[in-house]
Amino acid sequence: MIKSMLKSSLFWPIIVLLLILMINLFFDSSFFSIEVRNGHLTGSLIDILNRGAPLMLISIGMTLVIATKGIDLSVGTVIAMSGAIGAMTIASTDGTGLGPLFMAIGLSLLICTLVGCWNGLLVSRLGVQPIVATLILMVAGRGVAQLITGGQITTVYYDPYSYIGGGYLLALPFSIFIVAFVFFVAVLLTRKTALGLFIEAVGSNPDASRLAGINSKNIMLMVYMFSGFCAGVGGLILSSNVMSADGNNAGLWFELDAILAVVIGGTSLMGGRFYLMGTVMGALIIQSLTTTIYSIGVPAEINLVVKAIVVLIVCLLQSPEFRRKVFGFGKVKRSGEQKEREGVTLS
Amino acid sequence: MINRLSLDYKQLPLLATISLFVLMFSFGSLRYTGFFSTQVFLNLFIDNAFLIVIAVGMTFVILSGGIDLSVGSLIALTSMVAASLTMEAQLSPWIVVPISLLVGTVFGVVQGALIHLYNLQPFIVTLAGMFLARGLSYVISVETIAIDHPFFSYMASIQIPLPGDNFISISVVIALIVVVIAIFIGHFTNFGRTVYAIGGSEQSAMLMGLPVGRTKILIYTLSGFCASLAGLIFTFYMLSGYGLHANGMELDTIAAVVIGGTLLTGGAGYVAGSVVGVLILGIIQTIIVFEGTLSSWWTKIAIGVLLFLFIILHRVIVLRSEKKQASN
Repeated sequence: MIKSMLKSSLFWPIIVLLLILMINLFFDSSFFSIEVRNGHLTGSLIDILNRGAPLMLISIGMTLVIATKGIDLSVGTVIAMSGAIGAMTIASTDGTGLGPLFMAIGLSLLICTLVGCWNGLLVSRLGVQPIVATLILMVAGRGVAQLITGGQITTVYYDPYSYIGGGYLLALPFSIFIVAFVFFVAVLLTRKTALGLFIEAVGSNPDASRLAGINSKNIMLMVYMFSGFCAGVGGLILSSNVMSADGNNAGLWFELDAILAVVIGGTSLMGGRFYLMGTVMGALIIQSLTTTIYSIGVPAEINLVVKAIVVLIVCLLQSPEFRRKVFGFGKVKRSGEQKEREGVTLS
Repeated sequence: MINRLSLDYKQLPLLATISLFVLMFSFGSLRYTGFFSTQVFLNLFIDNAFLIVIAVGMTFVILSGGIDLSVGSLIALTSMVAASLTMEAQLSPWIVVPISLLVGTVFGVVQGALIHLYNLQPFIVTLAGMFLARGLSYVISVETIAIDHPFFSYMASIQIPLPGDNFISISVVIALIVVVIAIFIGHFTNFGRTVYAIGGSEQSAMLMGLPVGRTKILIYTLSGFCASLAGLIFTFYMLSGYGLHANGMELDTIAAVVIGGTLLTGGAGYVAGSVVGVLILGIIQTIIVFEGTLSSWWTKIAIGVLLFLFIILHRVIVLRSEKKQASN
């Protein structure tokens, strides 16, 4: 029983998450309390879920990209573009009724999915390395977002827009439902259909999976489109939270946080395996880390140092070389890859 | 015959870069009065001296098939260390400069060691380095530290006169020395040849008995050192230390190296090309300044478009040379 728990990919992320929450409880004994205020549930835990929503969404998209051995560096700028498109669409309408809201959501999600499609085409059809292909939009996307907003922080004067990120449904923040919906759709599609298997196959060996009859090009195209879509939703939530669009700073560093969340969740950057639940845990760990750092009064800038150390530790723990040298056991887990590397080092 | 042809293919991106630069400079000269002058050309070097220095370090990293995302943050950290040691610890520049240079070098050694010893991806290790360096500079101080010291003011203001009423700054001299040394290292030393070999195929390099591990660590050390040196030049330029200095500079650097004709897959490219790449980024900015009505974000869009075109060009070249190999 304990052994199977230890083996579960979720074991360590959950322990770390609980540890961080316990540290919070130590500093603030009312940390776990959840109150009902104005018919809404409020409390630090709800707050973490609510504020972590964009990161969770983007990390879910990133997980599938990383599972195909890719990476999407453009999510941060897609967030900025999504917010900018949403805000500008509303600004261009008369701002009455719910029409502008749906127009803003539809238009920005459509464009963000197309942006993902562009990344996917570069990677799958032209065979450009993912880091490079998405780097183009990482550089240019922020320029485009600034172009859309005219370089200003555009404020939205339209109440329904605030519902996306700040609204409540059944006493819970609406953003949590968005995350839950996207998460369940992703889980259903990848675990209840063969799609997840295809994604993992493409990640471990695109050529072999193509020979096995999987349309690996379209699988890659699809995961980048999904990642763009998720970043679009996240961008709308973030922009709705502050009721404005900032082409310059919205989504800054988000690609790094998302990659971090995916890696903490146990998905290897080498592709071929992915854990959606782990990713959600990873995103929650990052969000509660941020909340903790704010609440115990350490300067917020320390956050970057902590994140850097966490990334290094997680990566070292994932590295077979490190495990062998430090812990002394040389169990070969992922034999193919391992043997290939051994071959290199031995020869 | 075949050998000569494949060499031409490798030089094609560099030729494209140089012609692009000439084209853009002539475009600017025809369109704006006062553009065609030696000083405008020299200003490209003066304003981008630090970018040239990091681009040189980055070229070696990318030639070896790696990537270094920490350089932008290392500039911020170096500026912060130099500023706080000078202003708060009141140390003499003779101590401050070596310590500042050591910061990036140590960062580079550690990153290189992690990448080589534990087989971690360069991308993720330098990503962590990027967080760490920026975080550490905030730990030193969240606020800007302005530098008011005779040595730094002297370095910032000195103008080296050139014939015809033109001048360059001391930073340009440093940058050009770095470029010359780097060209020498890249093309005439064992280290340089090993870098190209690793970029071509790490496994083959190892089978040839080349010191792959040592070279990889050295490459990142070199890049870290260049980032620190660039940080010092940047500090001369800004006369302050700040944790947000050079935000996103790593992307500009990678863009400059790619536009300069170095393949991101490694193995092919030239240090001199990266210098032209930096000049192209500089000239985009100059044209936007001369145009006057264009906003600053067009720089980013223009860089993105150029990056896209060059990546496609590289891709076509790689595909064609692969086809050639297959047909032989």
